[in-house]
Amino acid sequence: MTLANDEVGGSTQPMLAVRGLVKHFPLKKDLLGRSAGVVRAVDGVSFDVFKGETLGVVGESGCGKSTTARLLMQLISHDQGELVFDGQTVGSNSLPLKDYRRQAQMVFQDSYASLNPRLTMEDSIAFAPMVHGLPEREAIERARDLLERVGLAPQRFAERYPHELSGGQRQRVNIARALALQSRLIILDEAVSALDKSVEAQVLNLLLDLKEAFGLTYIFISHDLNVVRYMSDRVMVMYLGQVVEVGDSETLFKHAAHPYTQALLSSIPTLDPDRRTETPPLAGDPPNPINPPSGCRFHTRCVHAQAICSEKMPVLAPAQHGQQVACWMHVAGAAHTGAPDAQGMVKPLEVAA
Amino acid sequence: MTSLNAAASPVLPLVYERSAGYWETVGRRFLRDKVAVGAALVVLLLMVLAVFGPWLAPMDPYQSAMLKRLKPIGFEGHPLGTDELGRDMLTRLMVGAKLSLFMGITPVVCAFFIGSLIGITAGYTGGWVNSVMMRTIDVFYAFPSVLLAIALSGALGAGITNSLISLTIVFIPPLARVAESVTTQIRERDFVEAARASGASAFTIVRVHVLGNVLGPIFVYATSLIAVSMILASGLSFLGLGVKPPEPEWGLMLNTLRTAIYSQPWIAALPGAMIFMTSIAFNLLADGLRSAMEIKQ
Amino acid sequence: MKPETSTPAFVDIRQLHVTFAGGKKPVQAVSGVDLRVQRGEVVALIGESGSGKSVTLRTILRLHAEKKTQITGQIRVGDQDVLTLSQDQLSRFRGRVASMIFQEPLLALDPVYSVGQQIIETIRRHENVSEAAARQRALALFERVRIPSPERRLQAYPHEMSGGMRQRAMIALALACQPQLLLADEPTTALDATVQIQILLLLRELQKEMGLSVIFVTHDIGAAVEVADRIAVMYAGRIVEEGPARTLIREPRHPYTRALLQSRADGALAKGQRLETIAGAPPDLTNLPQGCAFASRCKMAVPECSATRPEVTWLAEGHSVRCLLAQPQSNSQQVA
Repeated sequence: MTLANDEVGGSTQPMLAVRGLVKHFPLKKDLLGRSAGVVRAVDGVSFDVFKGETLGVVGESGCGKSTTARLLMQLISHDQGELVFDGQTVGSNSLPLKDYRRQAQMVFQDSYASLNPRLTMEDSIAFAPMVHGLPEREAIERARDLLERVGLAPQRFAERYPHELSGGQRQRVNIARALALQSRLIILDEAVSALDKSVEAQVLNLLLDLKEAFGLTYIFISHDLNVVRYMSDRVMVMYLGQVVEVGDSETLFKHAAHPYTQALLSSIPTLDPDRRTETPPLAGDPPNPINPPSGCRFHTRCVHAQAICSEKMPVLAPAQHGQQVACWMHVAGAAHTGAPDAQGMVKPLEVAA
Repeated sequence: MTSLNAAASPVLPLVYERSAGYWETVGRRFLRDKVAVGAALVVLLLMVLAVFGPWLAPMDPYQSAMLKRLKPIGFEGHPLGTDELGRDMLTRLMVGAKLSLFMGITPVVCAFFIGSLIGITAGYTGGWVNSVMMRTIDVFYAFPSVLLAIALSGALGAGITNSLISLTIVFIPPLARVAESVTTQIRERDFVEAARASGASAFTIVRVHVLGNVLGPIFVYATSLIAVSMILASGLSFLGLGVKPPEPEWGLMLNTLRTAIYSQPWIAALPGAMIFMTSIAFNLLADGLRSAMEIKQ
Repeated sequence: MKPETSTPAFVDIRQLHVTFAGGKKPVQAVSGVDLRVQRGEVVALIGESGSGKSVTLRTILRLHAEKKTQITGQIRVGDQDVLTLSQDQLSRFRGRVASMIFQEPLLALDPVYSVGQQIIETIRRHENVSEAAARQRALALFERVRIPSPERRLQAYPHEMSGGMRQRAMIALALACQPQLLLADEPTTALDATVQIQILLLLRELQKEMGLSVIFVTHDIGAAVEVADRIAVMYAGRIVEEGPARTLIREPRHPYTRALLQSRADGALAKGQRLETIAGAPPDLTNLPQGCAFASRCKMAVPECSATRPEVTWLAEGHSVRCLLAQPQSNSQQVA
């Protein structure tokens, strides 16, 4: 397949279209077979990933971003919804799972646990190409070349074992491994979170270089909002298994529309000793996805919550600055005092900064 | 799209830095453990005895001499005395090593393969397959091993082959449990997930990623079972269910020397001492292996 | 010029060296740390892994295994010389004079007792009060750390609480006997962003209310700025720069501090612009170089840097740095 992959379906067709993903994990049943409930880890998530972009995904514990990553890689199967890659449904006859796996790969957070302690670095990297039919010699060649690309001299690192490398070096190997199949979509699940800041900077630079060199598309999951802002073109905010806001990265950081996004951004510690935070933007802990609140899931912690918020769940709709928001305050004609009226006139709104 | 097949590397042969592989490191650590090395030497000695015993032994193990029954240790021509039929103890102990060790090791080896197969399959597959397999195994595991061995031997009939079969069956459940438990742990690790994400089949993943990480701990556990197997085999022989006389086998010798315990207690204890020494050696060996394999990052 | 301190510092660490024997080669975790904390002051120790910040903290409570650790130097807290305390005196010191909160409450709290029981036990161990009185105090503590429904939560077990709640419970436990010094070892690192800011503000509040001295260890500069009055930057077991938070952030003088501040990804950077990185790898603590430990990675290093260990240079008020290239005048910046 050497056709210009980037142009499959044209530039407007998303590389990956996610529609209505749902994944519930059942809790253990008691003796009588009654289930204690389900963990609604991912509850109706839809978004697009466009060719060549970096889509950042942020959210706190319980928001479902890691589960979503695993669903995108099909490491767990979804209960409902579909994934469409380059216009073809993943898992269908036109795009069987094994072929999809050549196109999309993942880098995990724990650099040590991601590597087989018994395999050398080059063997770990060469494994996937060999699975897909590449002869061993060529696979090792490719592995060594990739090690070079990620900044690890093959002479020094190819025949080493994971415990001999530092965290940053191991993560580079993991990135090399993700590239071994010449995939176009790389999912980075907290890939730099466990690294020291100075090492993190090096790895982020590497990711940028590789993206340019290979024309990659990234899904960048992280809890570190600064890093996400720096790396991403667009950002998606998740809360309790749903997408609450998605849009251009700068727009989102400057004009966050959803109250949760605003609270999240205000929670970033300031670097200015004269302007310290005085009150926490959000009280309490992120709730448990076992029994999510009715209606809008954020309404229990939202300062702007009104009656409609607990009754009906809002869906993603266009907001003022071009992003998409799931909030009644941004739906024209909604029964919320903060919503624009039916003509789209936005009323002045006290937005907690 | 940039080609990844590097044609740009220099023509000079690159010297690649190697580091000690896993087993090399384990080997070195093991050799530093004096106790473990000592135990390994004893085991080696026993193996040599087992193989070459019949040639090394001074006399004929079956040659009885009714006039020289139960002579004490240090008796002329018989350094370890004679048994109840006048046969040389030293010879019988040396030749007996072969059968005793054979009865000890063979069931464990067979159970290792069968148990690992069951356990790894159950561990990797998970779900109801796992439940069915492991609960069936648990039924056998619930029986005390001695009783199970005796019951099976009794059902199958006496004789070496049958007791080997029954002992194998006794050891399959514990090995399967250990295999399943270790496999389940490994399966959760990120590198196995990454392997699944690369599109590899379950078989390939087990072969490349799971086996290398799992067989070690199972092997160590199996080594510790050899001592148990020897004792059980001796027990079966003692009860007449295993080896039949006049074959020299330590457990059987314990049985036939039972009555001599009042007249020649040292002689009667000798086969027991051999069993004891062998089990300790295997246990210490297993212990040493386990310590050597715990390489912390 | 060295600032004249009229009041003796509450915490005075001098020339602290901590070496761990036990491996093949001894690890020099801390190589000469001098630190002073006044009463009611919050000092943040920032650095990456291997900088020695956590080791320094734990040495104040003498938490390391006695046999494998060589400690030289002096640690004074109040009028007690911590390193010479007997075991008895030490157990009275811990919890009453100084106490500690950790990064992972699940590991620091006993899983088989309810949090209320743990607090009550701590109080009664140090003070002669009845169970009822101790319970009252535990309740008050829970209210102070803003745990909702405190009576109910006193009976909860650690695993039944959410991450933020557990951290609050741990803070309550640490403050149960009204210590004067609170040691915090990365307490917010494992928390979500919205919870982290709550805990940081809580710590600031409690610190002001109770007049606590706090030493706060973290790798996150942002968290340090939110809580600290002064910040000390550690590298390879030494403090390389120390000063008021404002000064250190606005005018960092040590190359490592600058590099740390510059390598942060933040919104000010243009998309696609590469981050400033610190070349090289963290130092090998079993084999520290003779000169400045940062020299091999420093963009501004001169040959002298690898030969001599830099002494402390006092810059402006309370701002010191260990760097051969730093000049005392705050106007002329030799360090570009």
